[in-house]
Amino acid sequence: MTVDSLLDRVASFDVGAHVTGLGWLGDVAAFALGDGGVILLDPSGDRRRVEAHPDAGALVAAISGERLITGGDDGRIVSTDANGNVETLVDEKGRWIVALAARPDGALAWSLGKDVKARDNRGQETSFSVGSTAQGLAFAPKGYRLAISHYNGATLWYPAVEKGVETLQWKGAHLDVTFSPDNLYVVTSMQENTLHGWRLKDGKDMRMAGYPAKTRSFAWSHDGDWLATSGADAAIVWPFAKDGPMGKAPRECGVRSAVVTRVAFHPGALVLAAGYADGAILMIRLTDAAELLVRSPDTSVVSALAWDAKGSKLAFGTDNGNAGILTLP
Amino acid sequence: MSDKIPVTVLTGYLGAGKTTLLNRILSEEHGRRYAVIVNEFGEIGIDNDLIVGADEEVFEMNNGCVCCTVRGDLIRIIEGLVKRRGRFDAIIVETTGLADPAPVAQTFFVDKDVSDRTRLDAVVTVADARWLSDRLKDAPEAKNQIAFADVIVLNKTDLVTAGELAEVVGRIRAINPYAKLHKTQRAAVPLSDVLEQNAFDLDRILTLEPALLEEDDAHDHDHHHGHDHHHEHGPDCGCGHHHGDDHHHEHANHDHGPGHSHAHSHAHTHAHGGGLKHYHDEHMQSVSIAIPGDVIPEKFLPWINDLVQREGPSILRSKGILSFPAEPRRFVFQGVHMIMEGDLQRDWKPDEKRESRIVFIGRDLDEAAIREGFLACAA
Repeated sequence: MTVDSLLDRVASFDVGAHVTGLGWLGDVAAFALGDGGVILLDPSGDRRRVEAHPDAGALVAAISGERLITGGDDGRIVSTDANGNVETLVDEKGRWIVALAARPDGALAWSLGKDVKARDNRGQETSFSVGSTAQGLAFAPKGYRLAISHYNGATLWYPAVEKGVETLQWKGAHLDVTFSPDNLYVVTSMQENTLHGWRLKDGKDMRMAGYPAKTRSFAWSHDGDWLATSGADAAIVWPFAKDGPMGKAPRECGVRSAVVTRVAFHPGALVLAAGYADGAILMIRLTDAAELLVRSPDTSVVSALAWDAKGSKLAFGTDNGNAGILTLP
Repeated sequence: MSDKIPVTVLTGYLGAGKTTLLNRILSEEHGRRYAVIVNEFGEIGIDNDLIVGADEEVFEMNNGCVCCTVRGDLIRIIEGLVKRRGRFDAIIVETTGLADPAPVAQTFFVDKDVSDRTRLDAVVTVADARWLSDRLKDAPEAKNQIAFADVIVLNKTDLVTAGELAEVVGRIRAINPYAKLHKTQRAAVPLSDVLEQNAFDLDRILTLEPALLEEDDAHDHDHHHGHDHHHEHGPDCGCGHHHGDDHHHEHANHDHGPGHSHAHSHAHTHAHGGGLKHYHDEHMQSVSIAIPGDVIPEKFLPWINDLVQREGPSILRSKGILSFPAEPRRFVFQGVHMIMEGDLQRDWKPDEKRESRIVFIGRDLDEAAIREGFLACAA
């Protein structure tokens, strides 16, 4: 099968360091880098660099409204806006920030080993400790509630509610965590190359196996019916409409001879962007499995992918310092 | 991949001198930049933004396979460090005095994200000349660390007499006759004898003779020789499918009588200088068996795979150099518990005696059964 290409609609450039995360601040793309910088790319194509973590590295990134939030190995959580204003939000004195979640209203959560801290949009801070390292954090789409993945399960926590804690048990090491947009499911990725899910209304377990590598990227479709995941030589897309994925087979989109490392669903259509461990990026339409090539394979690993809010531009970054923007016709 | 970051695992019982050695690595001028993962943060008196604190966190897998047990904290930290690639050349992992080295070592074979970016260079164990003999009696961790080591830094030798030193060396050799052993005071060993040893590189497994002539602490000066071939074979573990050698060999049988040598038996004959003593550790020992000639790969590979699968929990380290009939190259393997990797390596040299030798270091090994199984593979 020949793959049609969008390569002539991509503008790419070098950023000189591992792209650890990215997001859109309105129409400005913001790339977080392993050397501590943030690159801001405005719609005219002008780029500027700000130092979010001087002499350190941005390990994780999240979007909060129109700010890019980065957590670094300097122990700081920093916000960068589209104008390049950098503000330190948290300083944990050199302890690595390896998990971070943010809400559009400005609420934040981060982990420090076994401790999770949450700060609401008024600056009220609470903390909670899980029994092992809090590996992944995700805010619920509704309510001020946090999912925390850790060894032997996940914990749901209402930071503003005393005793607002619910534990979801499943043996093994849970890595990243995500809430379904309808608030009905929590899904984690695991060290042993599987996903685990819980249906929250009855605590029913879901096990989604068969991955050759760890899943480190989740993306929900705009209608909430599909969960796309990395970790196989195709994007594995699980059906969550109606009763969830139990007993159903996932879709395999964009089968290639390289492992998918990042996935990003279009904000308004059933179109998935998938980045691979060989540097390739494909755009795949779920309805007819049509594929378009966005980036050709090379020696890089796709490490970040994000659509803008309108779905007209896709930004990407790689582990060896390449970044770019696809502008759809 | 040649650009994988080398990782040195530094173990040693409490108070043996690990921190002294680490401080030297961090403060000496050697032109290399090390990221150091430490357990006891406060002990390093050097300000360096590449020192990372770790809280030991062992991940066990649901499949129950002990060789899949890994260190979750290391996976996380290495994932973070590779995002800052370019700021350092190599990584040193310091374990706590009570840590089992196996999950640390296994992390570098079992976790694909880690093994894609890094390679285990060597396990270096610092031991206290004065107290090691006692610890070997009462602390299983200390014994594990000696058994697991590629390099042993026997420190604080100024605090013992020559006789006591000979005794502790004898006890170390009863457990691990194959590690390079350096006797030091204040951990003053040349760093080139500790770092970048390529101990897990199949190309560097040159011989499997027990190291017994260590009185002069001679160093081999082959640290930087080039490698002319790179095989990209992943290691396997007993819980999954095995990586083996699927070559088919057409050959005549060689008719050599089987023979063997046991590491312990050599110790007596080489005793010299300070008088190297021979001990037998009751639970941890090495087994070395040689066949003066070829083994049949179709017999040997299934046998070794089955052995490490069954006995993996008690086999800490294994290595072997084998001669296959009509195969000009040496087959070399090495393993950690159930994880093994093996490959055809360089050619046998014209003046080199073709023999097949396997070595195991482990706990309560059934030497007779291992010998019988291996000898049955002889060509």
